[in-house]
This record gives sequence, C-alpha cells and structure tokens, in this order.
Amino acid sequence: MASGLRILVPVKRVIDYAVKPRINKAQTGVETAGVKHSLNPFDELSIEEAVRLRERKGPLKVENILALSAGGPKTPDVLRTAMAMGADRAFHIDVGDSADGGPEPLTVAKMLKAVVEKENINLVLLGKQAIDGDQGQTGQMLAGLLGWPQATQASKVDVKDEAGTVEITHEVDGGVETLRAKLPLVITTDLRLNEPRYASLPNIMKAKKKPLEKKTLADLGVEDTRRLKTLKVTEPPARTGGGKVEDVDGLVSKLKELGAL
Amino acid sequence: MLRQALRQFSRLQWTSFPSRVSLAAGSQVSPLAPRTLSFSTSRRRDIMEMTGFTDEQLTVHEAIKQICSNFPNTYWQERDQQEKDPKEFHAALARDGWLGIALPEELGGAGLGISEATMMMQTITQSGAGMAGAQAIHANVYATQPLAKFGTKEQLETTIPNIINGTWRTCFGVTEPNTGLETLKLKTVATRTENGYSISGQKIWITCAQVASKMILLARTTPLEEVKQSSEGLSLFCIDLERNQPGLDMRKIKKMGGRAVDANEVFFDDYKIPAETLIGEESQGFKIILHGMNAERCLLAGEALGLGYAALEKAAQYARERIVFGRPIGQNQGVAHPLADAYMKLEAAKLATYHAARLYDSNDGSVPFHAVGVACNSAKYVAAEAAFTACERAVLAHGGMGYAMEYDVERYLRECFVPRIAPVSREMILNYVSEKVLELPRSY
Repeated sequence: MASGLRILVPVKRVIDYAVKPRINKAQTGVETAGVKHSLNPFDELSIEEAVRLRERKGPLKVENILALSAGGPKTPDVLRTAMAMGADRAFHIDVGDSADGGPEPLTVAKMLKAVVEKENINLVLLGKQAIDGDQGQTGQMLAGLLGWPQATQASKVDVKDEAGTVEITHEVDGGVETLRAKLPLVITTDLRLNEPRYASLPNIMKAKKKPLEKKTLADLGVEDTRRLKTLKVTEPPARTGGGKVEDVDGLVSKLKELGAL
Repeated sequence: MLRQALRQFSRLQWTSFPSRVSLAAGSQVSPLAPRTLSFSTSRRRDIMEMTGFTDEQLTVHEAIKQICSNFPNTYWQERDQQEKDPKEFHAALARDGWLGIALPEELGGAGLGISEATMMMQTITQSGAGMAGAQAIHANVYATQPLAKFGTKEQLETTIPNIINGTWRTCFGVTEPNTGLETLKLKTVATRTENGYSISGQKIWITCAQVASKMILLARTTPLEEVKQSSEGLSLFCIDLERNQPGLDMRKIKKMGGRAVDANEVFFDDYKIPAETLIGEESQGFKIILHGMNAERCLLAGEALGLGYAALEKAAQYARERIVFGRPIGQNQGVAHPLADAYMKLEAAKLATYHAARLYDSNDGSVPFHAVGVACNSAKYVAAEAAFTACERAVLAHGGMGYAMEYDVERYLRECFVPRIAPVSREMILNYVSEKVLELPRSY
C-alpha cells in the first residue's frame, strides 16, 4: 500500500543535442571543453512526467520529487533546471569532471539503489539513455539490483489506483505494448511521452532557493570501479562524393558493378 | 544517429507553436531562396562573447532564447509586412512570467534588476525578433517600474499582476508633438473635477496604444506659469484606455521599421479619469519618471546590441557561404574587415551597456546620480551607433540580397534607427556629456 509517490529522477548534464560533437585530439573521447551543455533530453521528459503526475492529481499524490545527478562542478546547473521545471530538491553526487564519460552504468545503478533505499523512493523515472554515452543500461540495471519491476521506453504512464497499480504504454517494434505493474517501480522514458515545458521565470527564481545537497559516492557506499577501458574514439570516415549516371541503364549497370544487384 | 534524430524531432516538436498561428508567408518557397534547407540544426555558438556575465544573466539569456526559438524570422517578416501585432509573442513571454522580470516578488515579479532585464531585451532582438519583438513588451517591463515604486497598495494589487500575466498590456504616454525632449514643458492637462480628473491634450509616438488597455500617463496638473519649481507641476497616472468612452481617439502612425508594433498619436478631449489613478503625489510626476529614465536607456542599449549582433551574424554567415570568383566573399578583406570592425564596436558597446546597468542596479547612493546618468546615456549612444554600423554593413555585405526582405538585414537596418533616435536623441546625449562631464557651457 503506497501512501504517495516519492519519485527519484536521475538526470545527466550532456553536450547540447544541437551541438555537433567533435573527437578530442588524444582520441580518448568527445571534446567537452567550451562546448554548450544542457540537460539530457530524455531526462527532461522524465522530470516533466514526474511534474505532470503531480499536476494530474491522480489516485496517488506526489509527495516528493528528488532530482539527482552525478558529475563535476557544473552539474548543479542542470539540477537547478530540473528544480525550475518542478523537482522539489536535488542531490549532486560529486564525481569530478572526467574525460572518459564518468562512472559506468553499473556504478550509477548502485549509487541510485543506495539513494532509493535511503530516501524511501517508490518510483524511479529515468531517461532511457543519455545522449552522450548512449549506453541505455542504467534503468534496467537499477531494477535488477532493486528486484523491482521495470517498464522501459514509456510513452504513457498512468497511475490507476491508490494501491499503486501503474499502467505503462511501452513502444515496441511495430506497435505498443501496455504493461501493468505495482509500485515500487522503475520506468524509463521515450521521446513521445510528453513535451517538456520551459521553466517559467518565477519557477527559475524559486529553484534557486530549493535545497541542493552535495554528496560523494563514498557517502552512498559505492566505489567508482571501472570494468571497461576505452581504447580509442574516432570520427566516422568522411563521406566521399557521389557520381552521376546518365540514364536508367547506367544506374542498373552501376548497381551491378557495386554488387547491389 | 540518435543525436541527429533528436535534432529533427526536437525541431518538429519545438516549432509547433508558431505553425499553429499560421505562417503562410514563411511556408512558401521563395524564388530568391539560394540553397535548399539543410536538415542540420547544429547551431554556431553566439558570436557575442559570453564570459563575464552573471549566472542570472546567463540563465535569462538561455531561457529567453528558447522561447524566441519558437518565433522564427519568417514570423517577424510576416508581422512586419502585414503590420500585425505579435500578440502570440507577448503571450508566450507573459505565460512564463517574463514581463515581471524587474518587478518585486511580492507582486508576482521576479525581483531581478535592470542588468537582467537588459539581457532579456537584448536576447529578444538578437533572436531575430528585432525591435518589433522588444517594443511589443518594452513598456510592460519598464513603464511599470514607477508604478511599482510609487503606487498605492490597491493600485499595485489590481494592476501589476494583470500586466505580468498578460491580461492587460500597457503603454507609456509621455511624448507630445511639440514637447519631445522638453518634457517639463508638456501641455496635456489633467484638470481636477468633482471625482477625478479630466484629460485634454495630445500624445505622440505611443507604442502599443492600439493593443493596450492601460496607459502610464504624464500630464500637467499645474499650469506652467504657476509652477514654482521647474521640475514640478506634472503628475503621473495609470489610466484605463476606454475606447468607448468619449474624449479618447488614437491614430496609427505609418513608420519606417518595427511595423508589427503600432505607434500612435493619442488625442484626449475632456477624457474623464478617476482620482485613484494618480500615482504618487500630485505634481511629483516628473521626479517619479526621472528615476526610470536611466533604466530605459539601458534597456534600449541592450535592444540595440541584440539587433547589431543579429545583423552581424547574418552577414558573417552570408560572407562564408556566398561564393563569387570561386571563393567565399568573406575571404576578401574588403568584406571581412568592415564586419570585424563592427564586431569590436558591438563588444565595446556591450561592456558599456552592462557596466551602466550594473551601476544602475547597485545604486545605493555611493555613485552620484549624474555618474549613473552619464553611464546609461553613453551606453545607449554607443550601443545604438554600433548597432547602426553593424546593420548597415550587414546589408552591404549581402549585396543585392541585403535589400530583399527574406534576408532580414533590411528589416534590422530599418529598425536600428529606433534606438538611435529614442528615447533621447544622440545630440541631447552629447549635450548632456558636454555639460555634466566636460563642464562646457550649455548651448540651449
């Protein structure tokens, strides 16, 4: 019996979606210095959904929305954005800036598990992936570690009753699948879930006064172990120019020549 | 791949708003279109140097830029051509609380200063909205300042929240046909009646009067001959513009730029207003608005800067892409150097502008009033001139295309005369600096 929703929304500060990423000189990753960063778009969707769950006034009241992000000194920027959109408080897990994309998904999932347990969370809403590493593993790993049901790629979230039954529409190849689960629950968000709002000026101002706590991985009893080693990051090969054919026959013979026919 | 898909998706998602308000002109492919639309929305970074701004200013910049991205250049081209009020733009800013940026928190505002409001106005013009975008909201941001400072509790509680949330729009009624810069000589009179005042006279260049339901009006309550101190005799009112009531008439002025936003002659002939519309004390109107004049200089400076950067960005893009004699025209120093020079002028004016805004905001009495005045007037002057340089050179860099509406720079050039002329002429600023700083004898 869930008395109310205590939602955790993990977010990430990533290179802005509109920026064309470049590989750094050492070929160890993407150049991040001097590049515009913003809140991971999938995480915007999950915050928006948490706020809408509150506004919808469904059978379960939203008690609290906690935004969390692990990252370097600039991380509070995205947490303030999350709070301006409607999160009530935020945790900044200080892991320093790193050129290698930060902690691995399993580490992040363990960190989230610790927060879920400490803060008595019963719903975790995550973006299905961050657009920097594109790993898309954290939500699933977290559900596994917690032993909770999970619904990935949600395009609709509907809290059905006071007992905490939730129906989630989940996008699959060629259609949608409707899942039903009971809280506590892990949900990851897909693009069509909602249209994130712009934070209004009064809410931006209020967000400055909302509590933002700084913590370390050690505080949560998690170690930043690395299981993967990035050997090299390279740009995809540049496109070579195309050629023109005179007519249909020319096209057919060209396709044959290339082995496409 | 995902990044690219997102870009396209987001573009569809976030531009859905203006398409709802009909963009007939924008959706037609012009025969002048030089290249096919590219699918990449990868933005170049701002050409304006962003270091040195405060967190608040950067937040304002980012947030306003996002809202403005829903109003593409085609929206503003269409509004300009059809002389149609950009009411959706006003509504979008009002919906998210931006009109209250510099109004007190207890009245529903954000309690920020002129430094942040200037950044907001700059970001608006810079987005491509130009002066039309700025003027659509300017008076709501600025003319409400004296009201917030000197209004009674009742005036504030009834008026300010409705202006912030966009229900009411306001305009500022000071300028008159024969008393432009000589504010102290203004002739519109407010005569005491049994239960209020009767207004008679004429105002000119009243922006947004057609769409406003309120006017912050400066009118004479003591005849000029009877005034003891030159700065007295005028009173400030916050009045309703009741078009059905006798004694009120307004006429739109056809103008060079910013055509989306109406500017008007407003005629009062025994127009009755209630006594409780008076702001502050009777006869103290000039002193009340004097306080806000320096703030307005800063806002105008910001608006000019944004326009200049927008024009320059367009010019640089064109100079990179336009190929003549087998190479981009921007490779020719004859094209590049005037643009580089315009950039440095804008950057210098930017420093002057935000310096002035900072002085205005931090004015706790430690900076003499005339020093703030000099800073704000200088900022307005240099920013407007830098904007003019950038806009003119942007048109020239585009060659014949600069003359075409589609490339926006002709619109910017037409509009950049507003900050050069208003709210005070270049010549009066030069007079002011000659007198106050150089201690030269006054010429007028």
